[in-house]
Amino acid sequence: MRRFFLKRENFQELIGFLKSDGYKTIGPKVKDGAIVYDEVHTITDFPLGVQDEQSPGTYKLIGTGNGRWFSWANGPQNLKPILFAPREHLWKATRNEKKKIEFTQVIPESEHIAVIGVRACDLAALALQDQHFLQMEYQDPYYKARRENLFVVAINCTHSAETCFCASTGDGPEVKMGYDLSLVELDNGFIIMSGSDQGEKILNRINLPTATEQQLLSARQQIENAAKKQKRTLSGRNLRNSLFEQLDNPQWQKTAERCLSCGNCTSVCPTCFCHSEHEDVTLDAKETSHYRQWSSCFTQEHSYLHGLVIRADTKMQYRQWLTHKLGSWHEQYGRSGCVGCGRCIAWCPAGIDLTEVAYAICGDANA
Amino acid sequence: MPFVAMQMHNPYLPDAAEVIERIQETQTVFTLRLAFSELEKRKKYSFVPGQFNMVYLHGVGEIPISIVSDPEGPEVMDHAIRVVGRVTQGLSKLKKGDCIGLRGPFGLGWPLAEAKGKDVLVITGGLGCAPIVSVINYINQRRSDFGKLTIFQGVKLPKDLIWRERYEQWLQEPDTEVFLAADKGDPSWPWHVGLVVELFDQININNNTIVMMCGPEGMMRVCIHELSLRKLSDNVIYLSMERNMKCALGHCGHCQYGPHFVCKNGPVFRYDKIKEIFGLKGF
Repeated sequence: MRRFFLKRENFQELIGFLKSDGYKTIGPKVKDGAIVYDEVHTITDFPLGVQDEQSPGTYKLIGTGNGRWFSWANGPQNLKPILFAPREHLWKATRNEKKKIEFTQVIPESEHIAVIGVRACDLAALALQDQHFLQMEYQDPYYKARRENLFVVAINCTHSAETCFCASTGDGPEVKMGYDLSLVELDNGFIIMSGSDQGEKILNRINLPTATEQQLLSARQQIENAAKKQKRTLSGRNLRNSLFEQLDNPQWQKTAERCLSCGNCTSVCPTCFCHSEHEDVTLDAKETSHYRQWSSCFTQEHSYLHGLVIRADTKMQYRQWLTHKLGSWHEQYGRSGCVGCGRCIAWCPAGIDLTEVAYAICGDANA
Repeated sequence: MPFVAMQMHNPYLPDAAEVIERIQETQTVFTLRLAFSELEKRKKYSFVPGQFNMVYLHGVGEIPISIVSDPEGPEVMDHAIRVVGRVTQGLSKLKKGDCIGLRGPFGLGWPLAEAKGKDVLVITGGLGCAPIVSVINYINQRRSDFGKLTIFQGVKLPKDLIWRERYEQWLQEPDTEVFLAADKGDPSWPWHVGLVVELFDQININNNTIVMMCGPEGMMRVCIHELSLRKLSDNVIYLSMERNMKCALGHCGHCQYGPHFVCKNGPVFRYDKIKEIFGLKGF
C-alpha cells in the first residue's frame, strides 16, 4: 500500500471530502478536562499541543507547547458508544382497540460517521465487538446498521500513557488492520495510507506527494518509541487455565477490598458487551418501548436469578470480570478480551491495576 | 446501507401470540398454552424438547420459559410457570384470548439421538420436571427405540407435585419405573418421604444408561455424586442449567456460566463440559 504525505495545513481538505461524502465527522476534542470523541468541523477543533498524564486512578491533561493534535493517549471514550449505543430503543409494542399487541422494530436511522483518530487498541476492540454482535449465531441489527456506515481514520500512537500496555497484548501501538485510512503524525504533517476501497477513493481525490524515506523512518521510530515507553505488560498468552486454577487465590479478596464495584472499568472497556433490557410504558399503558442499556457484571442485577443473586459480593463480581476478560473470552472469541488500552486502570477510582492483579494471580503464567 | 438491516429478521423482536388456555397446576404453578397469532408463523415454528421461548408480557418484560408440550404439535405450546417475580406474577393473571409476545425457540435441547437404544434415567426436582416432560412423552411414543425408562421426581411437599395423573399414567407404561419423593409426607402421599437422592437405593443402573437432570443445583450435585459412585461416566449425564437470560441471543452476557452462554450453549449441558465450574460459588 502506498504511503503519502499530508501537510498539516491540508488536513482540512480531508475533513472536507469526508463531509462532502455525507459523513458526520467525529474526532478528538478537549471537553470537561478530558479528550473525548465529539463532532469536529475544522482542524482547530483538535486538541492542539495537549498531552495526557495517566496512572492508576488518575487522568489529567497538560500542555506540551508543540503543534501536534494527536500527541495524547486514549481518553475514557472509545468506539463502543458510537456502535453499541449505551441506551438503545429496540422495539415498541402497542395495544390496539381489539386488545391485540402490535410489535414494531426501531432500527436506528444510521448516520454515516467518520471517526478520526482511532487508536490500534480500539481497532482490535472493534474487531471483537464485530465478532460478538455480527459473527456469532445471531446478528444484531442495531449494531449492524451503525457499523455498515462507519468510516475509520486511524492514527498510530506516537505517545503511550503510563497505563498503556497494548504492545504486550499485541494490539498496538501500530495500526495494522480494520481502518479505511491510517495516519502517523509528524511535526509538519502526516503519513497517510488507505486500508480499504473507500479510503482509497478519498485519498485519490487529494493530490498528495509520496512520503519520503526520511518521513517513513521518522514515523517508524516514533511508533517504536511509543512501544518501548510502555512499562506495564499483560501476557499475550492464554491465561484461561491459570485463572481457573486460581479461583480460590486470596488475591481476589484483596482486590475486592479495594474495589468499589462502581462499574467504571466495564463502562470504559472497549470490549465489554453486557447489557440489560428495560421497558418504558406510557401512562395509559397502551404503548411500551423496549430498551436495552449497558450493564455491568459489577452489579447484583447482572446475576439475578428468581430471587437469588449468583454473584452478590464484590469478590465474585471482580473474579467474574477478570476470569471472563482474560480467561473464558479465549473460548468464546479465540483471544483475550483485553486489548491493552489501560482505561480500566486510569478510570478506576480505587486505582486497581488489572495487569498487577493478573500477575498476582497467574504468577509465572503471565510472564 | 441501513435498509439492508431492516430487511433481515430481527431476532430481538417478539411476535404476537395468544393465550389459548390457562391451567392452574398448583397454588403457585400455572400452565399457559400459547400460539402465535399469525398462522404463517405457527406453521413455520418447530422446537425440540428442552428448548425455551422468551415470553413477553406487555409493559412488564420478557422472561425465558421452557416449552413443556410435545414437539409433534408445535402450533400450540405449553409453558409451565411458577409465580416468583414481576413478570410471572403478571403472566399468572392472563386469561384465555389475552395477547402476549413470543420469541423462540432458543437453546440446545435434550440429547434424544444419543439416548436411542439406551436406558434413560430422568431426575427432576420441583418445577424441573417441566423442561423434561416432553422427553418422557417422546420416549413413550417411540418405546422400542429406547431401553428402560426410570423417572425420579422430588418435591418439597405433596401439594407441590404437578401432573400427578401423568406420573400415575407413566407407571402403567411398559418398561417404565416412576419414583416420587417429597421432603415431608402427608396421608395423600403414597410414595417415598425424603430426598430424591435416596431413591438411588431402589434401582440398579447399568452402564448403558443416559441421565437427564433438571432441578435445583444442590439436588443435581448430590445425584451426580451418586451416579459417579455407580461408575457412570460424566459424558452420559446431561443437566439443564438456569441463569439470568435477558436476550436469549448470546449478546447480553447475563447468562454466562464460565465460558458458556446458557442461552445458546445450553440450557442442556453434558456434565463433563461444565464439571470444572459446576457447584462453584459465583458462577
